[in-house]
Amino acid sequence: MLKIDNLHAKVEDKDILKGLNLSVKPGEVHAIMGPNGSGKSTLGHVLAGRPGYHVTAGTATLLGQNLLDMETEERAHLGLFLAFQYPVEIPGVSNMEFLKAAVDTVRESRGQESISSVDFMKKARAICKEVDLDLSFLKRGVNEGFSGGEKKRNELMQMMMLEPKLCVMDETDSGLDIDALQVVANGVNAMRNSERSFVLVTHYQRLLDYIEPDFVHVLSEGRIIKTGDKSLALELEEKGYAWLEGAA
Amino acid sequence: MSDFMQQPLDAAASLAPTWLADIHARGKAVWQNTPMPTRKTEAWKYTNLLPLQQRFQAPDKSNTPEVSGINYPQLGGSTLVFVDGFYREELSKIDLPEGARLLRFAEADSKQAEAIRARLGQAIVSKQHLFAALNDATLADGVFLEVDANTVVDQSIHLVWLSSGQVDALSVNQRLLVELGANSKATVVESFANTATGGTAFTNGISELQLGDGAILDHYRLHLEQAEAVHIGGVHATLNASSTLNSFHLALGSTLKRIDIVVEHRGQGAHCEVNGIYLPRGEEQVDYHTCMEHAVPNCTSSETFRGIIADQASAVFNGRIHIHPDAQKTRAELSNKNLLTSNQAEVNTKPELEIYADDVQCAHGATVAQMDPATLHYLRARGISKAEAEVMLSFGFINELVEAIRCEAIRDYLKPLLARRFSHNPKLTRHIL
Repeated sequence: MLKIDNLHAKVEDKDILKGLNLSVKPGEVHAIMGPNGSGKSTLGHVLAGRPGYHVTAGTATLLGQNLLDMETEERAHLGLFLAFQYPVEIPGVSNMEFLKAAVDTVRESRGQESISSVDFMKKARAICKEVDLDLSFLKRGVNEGFSGGEKKRNELMQMMMLEPKLCVMDETDSGLDIDALQVVANGVNAMRNSERSFVLVTHYQRLLDYIEPDFVHVLSEGRIIKTGDKSLALELEEKGYAWLEGAA
Repeated sequence: MSDFMQQPLDAAASLAPTWLADIHARGKAVWQNTPMPTRKTEAWKYTNLLPLQQRFQAPDKSNTPEVSGINYPQLGGSTLVFVDGFYREELSKIDLPEGARLLRFAEADSKQAEAIRARLGQAIVSKQHLFAALNDATLADGVFLEVDANTVVDQSIHLVWLSSGQVDALSVNQRLLVELGANSKATVVESFANTATGGTAFTNGISELQLGDGAILDHYRLHLEQAEAVHIGGVHATLNASSTLNSFHLALGSTLKRIDIVVEHRGQGAHCEVNGIYLPRGEEQVDYHTCMEHAVPNCTSSETFRGIIADQASAVFNGRIHIHPDAQKTRAELSNKNLLTSNQAEVNTKPELEIYADDVQCAHGATVAQMDPATLHYLRARGISKAEAEVMLSFGFINELVEAIRCEAIRDYLKPLLARRFSHNPKLTRHIL
C-alpha cells in the first residue's frame, strides 16, 4: 500500500524528516507517536503535497506509484486521504457543495459511475448521523464556525464519503472529548477492512484503546526510532519518550 | 470644461419636453463652470477618465435598433425598456396596483411636470456630483415612480436601460425618480446592459430614491454592461423617519464604471442596508464611492461590498460615513473585502469616517487579499482540481451576498451569470449551480 523509503523533507530551510522509513500493507493500522516537533504532522503534509514542504531525498509510493511526483489532487484520486489536524474554514462554500465536488471528482478519476444527487444526499445524511453531526451542517460553509470537535467529525465525514484506500489521520483525537473520540473511533473501525489502511498520528495512547493498531512507531527527530505492537503505546504512556530518545 | 459632451448638450433642448429647460440650464451652469476632474481631484484620484476622450453624440430618435442579443433578467411585474435612451413600448409592460404610477417625463402633462420638477435633484448636491449636473443638462426623458401612502406593490418594477452598440460614441442619459409615500412598499430593479461587441456608449444614469415615513424599498442596481461601455452615474436616496432602504449593487466590469451611492438619513429610526459586488477583469475599471449621511439620531446603516479583481483590472472603493453632531445613537457598519486573483490586479479601498457625535457605534473594515494557499490546498487534498477549487473559492467569496439577495428571481438570474464569470467551462461551475 504505502512505502516510504529514506524520506528527507524540509520546511522553510529547516530539516524535519531525516530518513524516515515506513511500510504499510493493505488492511493494516499503524500508529505513529512521538514528542512535539518530531515530524509527525510533517509526514502527513509531505504525503499530501502541501505547498512549502519540500522533499530533499527519499521516495514515497502509494500502490506502487510515486506520490511525490503527483499534484495534491492526483494523490487524492489515487486513494490518499489526509484528515487535517487544523481543518480550514471556507465561508461561502457550503459543506454539501464541497463534498459533492470532491466525491464527483474522485469517482470520475477512478472510472466509477457518477453518483446521483438523490443517492449522494442519502449517503451524506446517513454519514452525518453516523458522525453525530446535525444535518444543518451540510448547508453551512465548510467548517465555518464549527467547534474543534465538529471540525474533526467533519474530516471523518469526508473520509467516509470519499472511501479512500489509505487514511492518514493527523491528530484527529486532539481536543476531542471522550464521546467525540468514541464517534471517531467507531467511524474508523467501521471503515476498516482488508483493503484499506490507516496511519494514525497521535500524541495519546487513549485513541488506541478504541482503535487497535497493528503497529506502533515512535518518531523522533524525523526518523522512526522504534516499532512495536500496541503494548509499545502503553509503555510510552508509562515512561514517556525520554527513555527511547536516550537509547537512540 | 472639455467639450467631449458639446453635441449632446446642444441637442438636449430639441430632444426634451420644454418644461425641462430650467433643469437643463441648472445642470449646464454647474457642468460648464466646474473643471473636469483629474488625478489631483480627491474623489477621482484612482479613476482613469481617458475613456471619455472621444466626442460623444446624442442618440437619434429615428433609430430602432435590434436588441434581442442583449441579456438582462426577465422579471414579473412591470418592465420599462429603454434602448439607446428611448422608450420601447413593444418591449415593456406595466402592471401596477392602484396607488402606484409609472410616468415618463416625456409624457407628463403640466401638472405632472410640476410634480417632477419639484422633486428632481432634491437630494443631489450637484457641485459634488458633477456628472449628476451633466445628467440635468442633457435630460430628455426619465421615469417617475410614485407610490401612494400605505400602498404595497408586490411585484417588482424593472427599469431596463440598454445600449445597442449600433452607433459609436453614443451618449445616453437616464434618470429615475422614485417617491414612496408613507408606509408604502416596493421593489425597484435597475438593469443596465449592452452587447459585448459594437460601438462605445457613455451612459450617465442617475437615480433618486425618496422614501417617506415608514416606507420600505428593495432596490437593485445591476450593471451588466460589458466591454467598451462607460458608465458614470449615481444613486441618491433620502430616508424619512423609520423608513428602510435595502439596496443591492452589482458591477461587472467594462472600460469604466463609476457609481456614487449617497444615502441621507433624514428622519429618526431610518435604516439602510447597502451591499455590492464588483468583478472587473481584463483592463476594466470599477469605482464605487459610497456615502452614508447620518444627520439625525437613532438611525442605522450597514454596508458590505466585495470585489474580485482579475488580470490587469482595477477597482476603487471609497466608503464614507458622515455622522453629524445631532446624530446620536447612530449605528453604522462598513465592510469592504477584496480578492485579487492576479499579481497585476489593483484595488484602492478607503473607509472614510467623519464622526461629530459622541454616542455612536461605528465599525469599519477593509481587506485586500489573494487566494489563500492553505484553503486551496485543502480543497485539492479532497481531489478537487486546482481550476475548480479556484472557481469555488472565487464564487464563495461573493456567495454570502448573492445568497442574501431577497428577490428570488434576481438571485436565480445572477447565480449562473456570476459563476460563469469565473469559468466558462461547465465542469468547473457545476457544483456551484
